[in-house]
Amino acid sequence: MTDIQQDMAAAEAGDPAAAPVPAIELAGVVKEYHARGEVVPAVRGVDLSIAEGEFFALLGPSGCGKTTTMRMVAGFEDPTRGTVRLHGRDVTAVPPNRRDVNMVFQSYALFPHMNVWDNVAFGLRRRGLPREEVRRRVAETLEIVDLAGRERRRPRELSGGQQQRVALARALANRPRALLLDEPLGALDLKLRQAMQGELKRIQREVGITFVHVTHDQGEALAMSDRIAVMNDGRIEQLGPPREVYERPATRFVAGFIGTSNLLAGTVAEVVGDLAVLRAGEDGRVLLPAGDHLRPGGPVEITVRPEKISIETVEPVPGVSAVRGTVTDASYLGTANSYLVRLPEGTEFTVFEQNVHDSGLTARRGDTVWLSWQPQHSYAIGSRTPS
Amino acid sequence: MTSAAAGPDAAAPPHRGRRRPRWGDRLLRAYTWLVLAWLLAPVAVMIAFGFNDTRSKSNVSWQGFTTRWWGRLGDYPDLTAAVVNSLEIAAIATVVATALGTGMGVALGRYRFRGQGGTDLMMFAAISAPEIVMGASLLSLFVSLGVPTGFGTIVLAHVLFSVSFVAVTVRARVAGMDPAVEEAARDLGASAWAAFWRVTFPMILPGVLAGALLAFALSIDDFVITQFTGGATVTFPLWIYGAVRIGVPPQVNVLGTIIFGIGVLVAVLNAVAGRRRRG
Repeated sequence: MTDIQQDMAAAEAGDPAAAPVPAIELAGVVKEYHARGEVVPAVRGVDLSIAEGEFFALLGPSGCGKTTTMRMVAGFEDPTRGTVRLHGRDVTAVPPNRRDVNMVFQSYALFPHMNVWDNVAFGLRRRGLPREEVRRRVAETLEIVDLAGRERRRPRELSGGQQQRVALARALANRPRALLLDEPLGALDLKLRQAMQGELKRIQREVGITFVHVTHDQGEALAMSDRIAVMNDGRIEQLGPPREVYERPATRFVAGFIGTSNLLAGTVAEVVGDLAVLRAGEDGRVLLPAGDHLRPGGPVEITVRPEKISIETVEPVPGVSAVRGTVTDASYLGTANSYLVRLPEGTEFTVFEQNVHDSGLTARRGDTVWLSWQPQHSYAIGSRTPS
Repeated sequence: MTSAAAGPDAAAPPHRGRRRPRWGDRLLRAYTWLVLAWLLAPVAVMIAFGFNDTRSKSNVSWQGFTTRWWGRLGDYPDLTAAVVNSLEIAAIATVVATALGTGMGVALGRYRFRGQGGTDLMMFAAISAPEIVMGASLLSLFVSLGVPTGFGTIVLAHVLFSVSFVAVTVRARVAGMDPAVEEAARDLGASAWAAFWRVTFPMILPGVLAGALLAFALSIDDFVITQFTGGATVTFPLWIYGAVRIGVPPQVNVLGTIIFGIGVLVAVLNAVAGRRRRG
């Protein structure tokens, strides 16, 4: 950040000495429901700080608490404990109609008895803006979402993708400090979903508003977000940029939920220089960067992504991880080949091989093969080496 | 043998578009007309005898066509008073029952609360209780409380039995509504009050109107409960009942025809509006 930007951010916060105030801040937020005398926790303590202008994703399986977390930011759920702050202001007890954030609902929740124009103008009229201003902003927002010319249509006369953009325009027209999107692309088919991913990024750049995006689709989160919070069972398991979350999963859950992961447990045999060595089978070895926590004899669990692994029929060169196994399945997927390889101790590895050769599959079912990968692609779970 | 049996079928051209009506279709058509005739015959007779040129006090045998009764609607001042009573009672009961029932319907359809099951049960008890039981018990209630029976008690009773019908129709409409739509209104800066009137109410309006029509229809022709709770107040159905012994004048048929006509008109308007809403 340049000095000027820092000055501007500090000036906005009203305190020249302070760091920029986050757009959204959750501190120790817990949400519990009461059902038949039992306490059911939905969110078990979330601390989160989302910066101004960030495209942020809350990613997790259904029931992980991501939607509940977002609804607490919008004001539809009251936290059992903890604080919600928007631009430094405590809004924990403020009703949704007096919070400076707007939401795009999964079902779009358009007003069926109003046309597109009235839908988009709803928030502006509620705020009592002059008629000229309302007209100008509605036109401007419809232009951004590429819906100009459809002002008089009713929501049910529009396609799913168009309805989605009306929902987006209706929220954006208010120029909220942050936009909350609840599974915004969930109801669209694949082609449209991919097109809208790019569209959402473009709109976010254009309006420069903080976007918080709830999704269970890891591909969507990786493709669109600046940072991702991976949630599971009411907690944030890992928070970081897409690359870090994918390449350096903090927990087993993150490794398994985002992409395909191969897991291997073992004990450190020796530490040679800056590499730790694990033995795998009679003649196999796994190399990984030795952090402070890796000592000979200590248990370790590593993960390695399928596309980082090479599959070969001859023994690989020294200096890389190399394990021998038997191919249990080999499939041709068009852009890639996919193999399942059983290692001596019984674990199965998935391997992706880009389809760059016209020789077809490297190995067939039943073949004995060598798997190899670079030391830095072995990542010890539960340890967070600085990236 | 088998080839002979298969022969004509195989040779017949495949049926496309409209096929010849079969026995089942004809039977269904005949049955439909029969049911319609069964439903509408009494109404047709009522309308016809409003044009009957009868000379005696009884209006049961066809004497010839006349429109004279339509010009002499006001010949019986107590009949006119009874009709006015009925209309006033129905109007007040409809407004009150619709307001209360809409609130109940929204609450039951949207929220989970303590006592919901009990409210449900009470509503269905009110709908399914025999009128004679409700009428008799209301009368003993009013008498034991020392409430003088009359116009006011009729209105109370009519609100009581029609409110459940309104609540049930509104609840069905609310249950079919995405709760996120009201949240969206709140999110866009509407207070709870504004969100209800600008978004929820227009969306459930068809249900509210249907409930109101039901309440009006139930009230205007109620006899049993009105008989118990009416005291000295006479409504249209009560007047007809009293006139049966000395002969029902053709004016009753004319008034019945007018009420039926209004009902048909409202139904047609509702259908047209519904078609326009759906585009």
